Amino acid sequence: MNTAEIWIIIIGLGIGTFLLRYSFLAREVAFPEWARRLLRYTSVAVLPGLVAPMVLWPEATGGAVDPARLGAAAVTVAAGIWARSTFIAILAGGVTFYTLLWAL
Amino acid sequence: MTSTRKALWQGFIAVSPFLLVVAPFAILFGVVATEAGLDLVQIMGFSLFVVAGAAQFVALQLAGENAPLAIILLTSLAVNLRLVMYSAAIAPYLQGTTLWQRLLIAYSLTDQSFAVTVADAERHPRTLSNRLAFYTGSAVPLLMIWYGFTLVGAVAGSAIPPSFALDFALPISFIALLAPSLRSLPHVAACSASVAVSLMLTFMPYGTGVLVAAVIAMIVGSQTEVWLKRRARA
Repeated sequence: MNTAEIWIIIIGLGIGTFLLRYSFLAREVAFPEWARRLLRYTSVAVLPGLVAPMVLWPEATGGAVDPARLGAAAVTVAAGIWARSTFIAILAGGVTFYTLLWAL
Repeated sequence: MTSTRKALWQGFIAVSPFLLVVAPFAILFGVVATEAGLDLVQIMGFSLFVVAGAAQFVALQLAGENAPLAIILLTSLAVNLRLVMYSAAIAPYLQGTTLWQRLLIAYSLTDQSFAVTVADAERHPRTLSNRLAFYTGSAVPLLMIWYGFTLVGAVAGSAIPPSFALDFALPISFIALLAPSLRSLPHVAACSASVAVSLMLTFMPYGTGVLVAAVIAMIVGSQTEVWLKRRARA
């Protein structure tokens, strides 16, 4: 990535994101229920697919499966579901990760 | 205390637990972006112009894989599609605002400010100016934390040794962001579909498999919701 390309990403993403946020503030439009229903699942549809390869085949280990990363990911999921809190999930996952890295 | 000032303060109180999560997330962005080779102005440019953590991380990740610009923009904007839903859901509570007010609200609309403002609006009737004060009280501290701690991360970034394995902070943050929603069956279904399809399509170049997985997972999530509702009615 050269400097110009990085700025294209920053400005493009900035304008695009602003327009997504402004879309329904610009004027009141009826929003069909099916579209509302699809959009409800955007985060949970994009992020897991993005994260899964990073957990299974991390770049830092040259793509080899790593028990510390797998274990930490599992604990993060479990803690998040149990505590219903992003903050506690990050904490639990981080502690597990560093403990496993140190122990293994 | 005037009622407007009280509403401003209530917005701040409502958002304050989230400030604790946003601060480390912002530091992490600064650190990861520094390691990706971005300079201070570019890193601050990201947090000032985009103001959307997950999408910023995705853009960095794909840029590191030398994905084409169009793919980088498309995938990171896909992460932000949820903001359209926020925009639609908050608009009814902001009728009568001026153009400038709506532009500023759009710029500062985040997961956290949206969540606390709509939750408050559903429970407490407020005048428009008090509603705006509540929103401002939640949004402005969040933005300040986001900018400020991005800067901290960008400055401290180069001082953190690789043995800290910060690469894994990003997956952990994403998982932690989603895990609390996995108590609902449609979310679990969408999440599983996203993981399965994305892993099957890793041969596709530059994370384009993730886009396909996302579309399928959104359909799986919404169809599961429809199915559950039908079953409940039957």
